[in-house]
Amino acid sequence: MEVPRYWRLQKQRYALVGEICPHCQVKIFPPRDVCPECGGEAKQPFSFSGKGTVFSFTTMYDAPKGFEMNTPYTVALVKLEEGPVVTAQLTDLGEQPVEIGMPVEMVTRRIREDEEDKGIIVYGYKFRPVMAGTH
Amino acid sequence: MREVIVLGIGQVKVDENWDKSLRVLAGEAALEALRDANIEQTQSLFVGNMMSGAANHQQHLGAYLADWIGMRYSEAFKVEAACSSGAAAFRMAVMAVASGDTDLALAVGVEKMSDSPTAEITAELATAADADWEADHGLSFVALNALIMRRYMHQYQWEKEHFAPFSLNAHANGAHNPYARFQKPISESSYINAPMIADPINVMDASPMGDGAAAAIIAPASMFKRSGKPTVKVAASAAATDTMATHHRSEPTWLRAAERSAKQAYQQASVSPADINLFELHDAFTIMAALSLEAAGFCEKGQAPRLAQEGQIRPEGRIPIATRGGLKARGHPVGATGLYQIVEAVQQLRNEAGATQVNNARIAMTQNIGGSGSNIITHILKSE
Ligand SMILES: [Zn+2]
Repeated sequence: MEVPRYWRLQKQRYALVGEICPHCQVKIFPPRDVCPECGGEAKQPFSFSGKGTVFSFTTMYDAPKGFEMNTPYTVALVKLEEGPVVTAQLTDLGEQPVEIGMPVEMVTRRIREDEEDKGIIVYGYKFRPVMAGTH
Repeated sequence: MREVIVLGIGQVKVDENWDKSLRVLAGEAALEALRDANIEQTQSLFVGNMMSGAANHQQHLGAYLADWIGMRYSEAFKVEAACSSGAAAFRMAVMAVASGDTDLALAVGVEKMSDSPTAEITAELATAADADWEADHGLSFVALNALIMRRYMHQYQWEKEHFAPFSLNAHANGAHNPYARFQKPISESSYINAPMIADPINVMDASPMGDGAAAAIIAPASMFKRSGKPTVKVAASAAATDTMATHHRSEPTWLRAAERSAKQAYQQASVSPADINLFELHDAFTIMAALSLEAAGFCEKGQAPRLAQEGQIRPEGRIPIATRGGLKARGHPVGATGLYQIVEAVQQLRNEAGATQVNNARIAMTQNIGGSGSNIITHILKSE
């Protein structure tokens, strides 16, 4: 596992910091410096609320190397309130069945542990169901 | 640009070939193609491969293979475009000859997967997706396709069993292909009851891995003729990209790069979907077969499962797909797949497809997909 590659994504992984396009106001996540909508330069930071809904989901029974210990786990495309869609794991699901359209919110959790060397633990965003009545 | 033909084809059986290395597999397919073309070597060699660096600790496959098959001094490169590496290598060979730069080019697709443990291969396959924003979150390549399939089922109100005909057709056809990994038909109940990988994708939706290699020789139409067999012309070659990550597409259930490369290919070949006699598409997962059919214009959005239910995708149907087993039954040795599709289309156009021969096959289309739809390459071949 390569430390610098994880270290430089901290703002995105811990705080969903993306960008807003100064030309067309589109909100962008993850940051990419060129607006995917209008092609203009977009470097102005924007913090996402972390609220969204499930656009699609799947429960994985076969995991890639580094995630085998976690199976089965559920991953989703989450459509953020502000527009962009992100790919992430769902967590704290309990007995609740996941459905398309279900409201979710971002939490910071351990994403993987490096079993081979250095003992690095990678943290980042996951999404959990929003309990009815808590908002 | 001058007109080019497929002068020769070669392939090995897709399998767990424990006793054969990457270069032995690639060499067998390449030498068979050279024999079939009745030539000894070509000036150019393009090797389609995705993960030899990680899976076989071997890169630099151009010189590596040129040396192995007695073609040193030819130019030779590896071409990488994830699961579409095979068609990318084929397209490079077509361009090299069509441009007039070279008179004979060899395209070989090869992948040697059985040397690595499954979890490692799963992680390596996931490098076809965006490492920072997809794979790092624990998603496998299957999971990305499962997200697309779930959304598609939700959007168009299909149930899981409606995808069975794609798998059944592929296995029924693969039963007649001696080069296929699996050569037995399957039943609807074995489809329904197969173990889940990433729901709704189960083992019978997903194409199997395997070791494999396939090859084709490209030559100018004006300089070479095949004696005794129909000539197969390359009527179109087109490639297009889409966003790297699935989540960046406004409509993840529509393969824009497939639509774009297919439209360009139709234009180049001066044909429309109605003229295509068979379609070797990229059924890495049943959902991808459906999306390819729709994006290439063979049915309306969301209606491919209906086309399959009606039997229109079988060899005797309106638009036969996976006629030699497709990725599902022939197998999906990643970087080799695009060249297997070419080889199988050529077999059909030469009337050499045996029990799954499509009647009066004159125009065949192939479509090779890289990533979850981020690179899509379409070819149209014509026999005369
Ligand atoms: Zn903009």
